[in-house]
Amino acid sequence: MREDPPGRKVPPMTKSELIDAVAQRTNITKSRAEMVVNCIFDSMAEALQRNDGIEIRGFGSFTVREYKPYSGRNPRTGSPVDVAEKRLPFFKVGKELKELVNTPDAPAVGAAVAPGIDTDDDDDDDDGSES
Amino acid sequence: MGGDRTMTKADIIESIYEKVGGFSKKESAEIVEAVFDTIKETLRSGEKIKISGFGNFVVRAKKQRMGRNPQTGTPIVIAERRVLTFKPSQVLKNALNQRKPGRDEGQTKAPPVSSTTA
Repeated sequence: MREDPPGRKVPPMTKSELIDAVAQRTNITKSRAEMVVNCIFDSMAEALQRNDGIEIRGFGSFTVREYKPYSGRNPRTGSPVDVAEKRLPFFKVGKELKELVNTPDAPAVGAAVAPGIDTDDDDDDDDGSES
Repeated sequence: MGGDRTMTKADIIESIYEKVGGFSKKESAEIVEAVFDTIKETLRSGEKIKISGFGNFVVRAKKQRMGRNPQTGTPIVIAERRVLTFKPSQVLKNALNQRKPGRDEGQTKAPPVSSTTA
């Protein structure tokens, strides 16, 4: 339905819109849907806090990556900064969703991925998760 | 180290069943399914999703670019495509690092890094 050229901004769906959509779709009240959606993300966040991974089939998986402390620089001033060790959540999109996202509405836009190239090698620039 | 478990959809369904209450297991499963289906369909339409306190799922359009077949080294066109990225919220990042749920970890003073840790 939406034909958005790259770069064109589409308004985001917020959590409360997700709640509304779920309520409608499942015929439960909004307040029940709100409890469900909150419970889902709370339990996912708790899992990550325990250092557990999460695997949602058809959607993707989350893992926690640990980073050692390092000294970096403030990009603005150039002054050295010690960065403490930290843990960050990482999401790896599942195969089904990955394909879905790349096939907006129209069935299989001849997703002309060159043969022999595994689009999985794009760990790098796709990864929007800033430090 | 802590948890080496993996949470699955079944675990999420279980916690809906237990914590939200009032749904049968089957209903809990259907609702959880509906939540993820809604998210997937939304992302498919190119719309991003913002879950406050958790993070944003963002669809990005990647331009066509040249790449190489890593096996053979043959240059090859990588078609333009869309990818999904997840940007964790500051709240989630703080929770993972047991910092007070404030904002901007850049501001919090990092403990000095001993030069012996390499």
